[in-house]
Amino acid sequence: MRESTSFKVIRVVGLAALTLFTVAPLYVMIVSGLKPLSDVQGAFSWIPSHVTVQPFVDIWRTIPLARYFSNSVIVSVSAAAFSVLIAIFASYAISRWDFRGRQLFRITVLSTQMFPGILFLLPLYLIFVNIGQTTGIALQGSRVGLIITYLTFSLPFSIWMLVGYFETIPRGLDEAARVDGAGPMRTLWSVVLPAAKPGIVAVGIYSFMTAWGETLFASVMTNDTSKTLAIGLREYSTQISVYWNQVMAASLVVSVPVVVGFLLLQRYLVQGLTAGAVK
Amino acid sequence: MRKRILGAVALSAAMLAGTGGLTACSSDSGSDSKTLTYWASNQGSSIQNDKDVLGPELKKFTKQTGIKVNLQVIGWNDLLNKITTATTSGEGPDVVNIGNTWSASMAATGAFVDFDKSHMDQVGGQDKFLATSMSSTGAKGKTPASVPLYGLSYGLFYNKKMFADAGISKPPASWQELVTDAQKLTKGKQYGITLAGASYTENAHFAYIFGQQQGGDFFKNGKPTFTSPQNVKAVQQYTDLIAKDKVATPASAEHTTTNDAIEDFTSGKAAMLLGQNNTNTGIEAAGMKKSEYAVAPIPMLDPLPAGGKAINSHVAGINIAAFKGGNESGAMKLIKFLTSAKEQVILDKAFNALPVTTEAAKAPEFQTPENKMFVNVLAKTSAPMPMITDESQFETTVGNAMKDLIAQAATGKSVTAADVRKSLADAQQKMQSGG
Amino acid sequence: MTATDTAVREGRRAGKGSKDSRVRRVARHRWLPYVLLAPAIIFELLVHVIPMLTGIGISFLKLNQFFLRRWLEAPFAGLSNYRYGVDFHGSIGMALLKSFGVTIAFTIVVVGFSWLLGMFAAVMLQRSFRGRALLRTLFLIPYALPVYAGVIVWKFMLSRDNGMVNHLLAQLHITDGHTFWLLGNNAFVSIVVVAVWRLWPFALLTLMAGMQSLPTDVYEAAAVDGAGMWQQFRKLTLPMLRGINQVLILVLFLWTFNDFNVPYTLFSSSIPPSADLISIHVYQSSFLTWNFGLGSAMSVLLLLFLLVVTGLYLLFTSRRSRRA
Repeated sequence: MRESTSFKVIRVVGLAALTLFTVAPLYVMIVSGLKPLSDVQGAFSWIPSHVTVQPFVDIWRTIPLARYFSNSVIVSVSAAAFSVLIAIFASYAISRWDFRGRQLFRITVLSTQMFPGILFLLPLYLIFVNIGQTTGIALQGSRVGLIITYLTFSLPFSIWMLVGYFETIPRGLDEAARVDGAGPMRTLWSVVLPAAKPGIVAVGIYSFMTAWGETLFASVMTNDTSKTLAIGLREYSTQISVYWNQVMAASLVVSVPVVVGFLLLQRYLVQGLTAGAVK
Repeated sequence: MRKRILGAVALSAAMLAGTGGLTACSSDSGSDSKTLTYWASNQGSSIQNDKDVLGPELKKFTKQTGIKVNLQVIGWNDLLNKITTATTSGEGPDVVNIGNTWSASMAATGAFVDFDKSHMDQVGGQDKFLATSMSSTGAKGKTPASVPLYGLSYGLFYNKKMFADAGISKPPASWQELVTDAQKLTKGKQYGITLAGASYTENAHFAYIFGQQQGGDFFKNGKPTFTSPQNVKAVQQYTDLIAKDKVATPASAEHTTTNDAIEDFTSGKAAMLLGQNNTNTGIEAAGMKKSEYAVAPIPMLDPLPAGGKAINSHVAGINIAAFKGGNESGAMKLIKFLTSAKEQVILDKAFNALPVTTEAAKAPEFQTPENKMFVNVLAKTSAPMPMITDESQFETTVGNAMKDLIAQAATGKSVTAADVRKSLADAQQKMQSGG
Repeated sequence: MTATDTAVREGRRAGKGSKDSRVRRVARHRWLPYVLLAPAIIFELLVHVIPMLTGIGISFLKLNQFFLRRWLEAPFAGLSNYRYGVDFHGSIGMALLKSFGVTIAFTIVVVGFSWLLGMFAAVMLQRSFRGRALLRTLFLIPYALPVYAGVIVWKFMLSRDNGMVNHLLAQLHITDGHTFWLLGNNAFVSIVVVAVWRLWPFALLTLMAGMQSLPTDVYEAAAVDGAGMWQQFRKLTLPMLRGINQVLILVLFLWTFNDFNVPYTLFSSSIPPSADLISIHVYQSSFLTWNFGLGSAMSVLLLLFLLVVTGLYLLFTSRRSRRA
């Protein structure tokens, strides 16, 4: 396919502009993390007055960063895993069976995307407390409570996507499996899931990111031991100073694993979102 | 086939239970008599710092009473949210720090132990506290639901060298003198003063303080009276610094906390700063030496307008309260401990706060000229913010109104008395209908 | 092994004759979808539906700090909380309406730009060239960063005196370097820029994925017919992506409209009026002032609005695709 010169020019200019737009804040982040506090409190400079890795050392002391990090990882990975599992079951049911209440379920699931978080924050907290008082399992302030909350947040969109994805897997495969003696669960496990792997990875990433960045519910549902990064990072801004260099350093440190993971799975994500969205 | 389904469900249940076990949570309420849960606020340079300071003291408490304290330090971003949910659910700590301007609202919830005579006596008696600090524990005539813990008051921080360079030999003795001094100090990139203009709490505090000086009152018989001419003058006194006199750094309009304003002060952009006494921790953390700056009481209008009161600070500080239904007797013991003269000296020094008891105020540690000045301000020329249940609404409505006026001034537009009056009228309407 | 053999064997495994096993297989599986749905239903009820209904219930109560402790006893307020919200002559209703207007404008601009940039980049990155993988990677980083980190760095950059943006503008002699980006009308521009910076990579991702599955032969045929890049885009790419775009734009709209994190991190509690987004507005009018009944009522109004918009949107876009 020929590409006109004007197209080539537009491409280079456009992509260069987007690159600058994307990279500028990243550069500021990196360079600020390497500056002493007086540098970041003063006028901006492109290069640090002297490069120091002290912020990267201090961040672990100023707040319990390691604990918040591990909490975030545990909560987000668990929420993503359970969300995907439940979504797989639900999507399989919706795409493979025509049962009573199917449409109602899909509509309710769609409408949950519109709920403003403020509306059900307090009631949810109260429900958790009530569960705690009746069963002795304290959900509020625990990581389990957060996991339950977050897995549900990502459920609607995950189900929506997976249904779309499952629908593209030809029933013929199902038939063949059934004919070979497999029950529906066996079919799910051995036929549908392998074919839907990219979609599942995509949904898993989405669920993870939903949990990773949530702040409103985290601020209310966590305590010192269960606090996540999303709100923990705010503690670099204290009564006394805002340790900008540490904020930047910590942001970088906690982002690296996520970005790396993201990039490794990017391949699946790209494939996964394709058919999942096309109904 | 069925077995496989059951297997899947059982596996999921087991995973959930397993994760629950692995991520076992800590319960917040320690309602047996041998433990206490204490939610402390962030008073130090970092949450870790608060823990480092309180930790050893709480150990002393445990040695004395045998009660173990489970300490959590909560940042200001989250403290109100958490107290709200604790109040709603009935599940919370035994003891908690609160900003003292929240006192009346907290008392109204009915969730906190009332400090009637018997409870007061358990913590050492009402008379041990400074009268002004006590005035910030709740609505007048009502039993307080908290007692003072750390005292704070406002002062004027100024840069000695910049003052000397401008030929000013002593800190301003009246507000009018402050303005003229600031004008002398404003040249080129340098400004006379810096403010936390985007902080609705700071704005509301000064509106109230200057309102007292102007002889106005923001509430009469429980009804908001924001638009009285004295209140308009009070707000203008503050906003004029950036709007009319143009002696405040333009960046003041962006400063959402006093911390942000500290940067202007320590980098030499501004010569003066209005801050509470714990501001010096931030100033020194930013690299300024103690010898480079000094503190004076915030000067008042001279002469005071008719009906005006000699007030140059509100009774700032932190109070401590106990949730009902928890380990109340243990809570009283902890509060007594933390407000004992010995602990007051240790904690107030560590957090750069002021003692709230008369005995502690006499301690030699607080007799430095600077501390004496602040204690004096707190004891003699401070008034509590309106102790009404809607105090936080007062701060958000008036404080945000002023923030918008200051932003308006910073972007070059003028701010007239009519603008101020309209803004206050709007805030008053929001206040009235939001109840 | 033939299919019939396995069917027979399964029947025998069930322990009955083949006719009975067929009936049982159907009967056995009728409850299966419900079982599969059960976990999803349970969690949705627990975390979404019941709290939502409770929240809606709260909107009919006068729930403030006095009743927080025993909220079930809070006095019934009927529709008075709603009346405050829709009384556009009162200051609360007026503020809500203004905030609503700001949020609509914000959402339309952010979704518009995010989609345009995503579409542009997806097309530009479609054909392989050296460094393409690197660029794709790079563009996704803002989405992968934790929200707080991504937004706080912009807050830092947009600060008037010490921010990089003013520094750069002064160096390039475009302005004198003293613009306020976080105040006044500029605040709207700032929050749009930050939101787009975070959101457009997601649009890019989705669209790239969609374009992967487009058949290349159609494009070749079109090129042979003399169609230029722009024509190919309009006549081929866009129509073929309609399904994805319908979902993508709806999702972007809902997420952006309800976004709390970005404005809260950028402005904390000091929101300039031009950037007063509805989620923060409701939060400030309720949590910060202990007026939960009013906050809930405002949220319900929001929800109703979004339901209507989504309903109309789906109706409109489905009809168009049916026509196409």
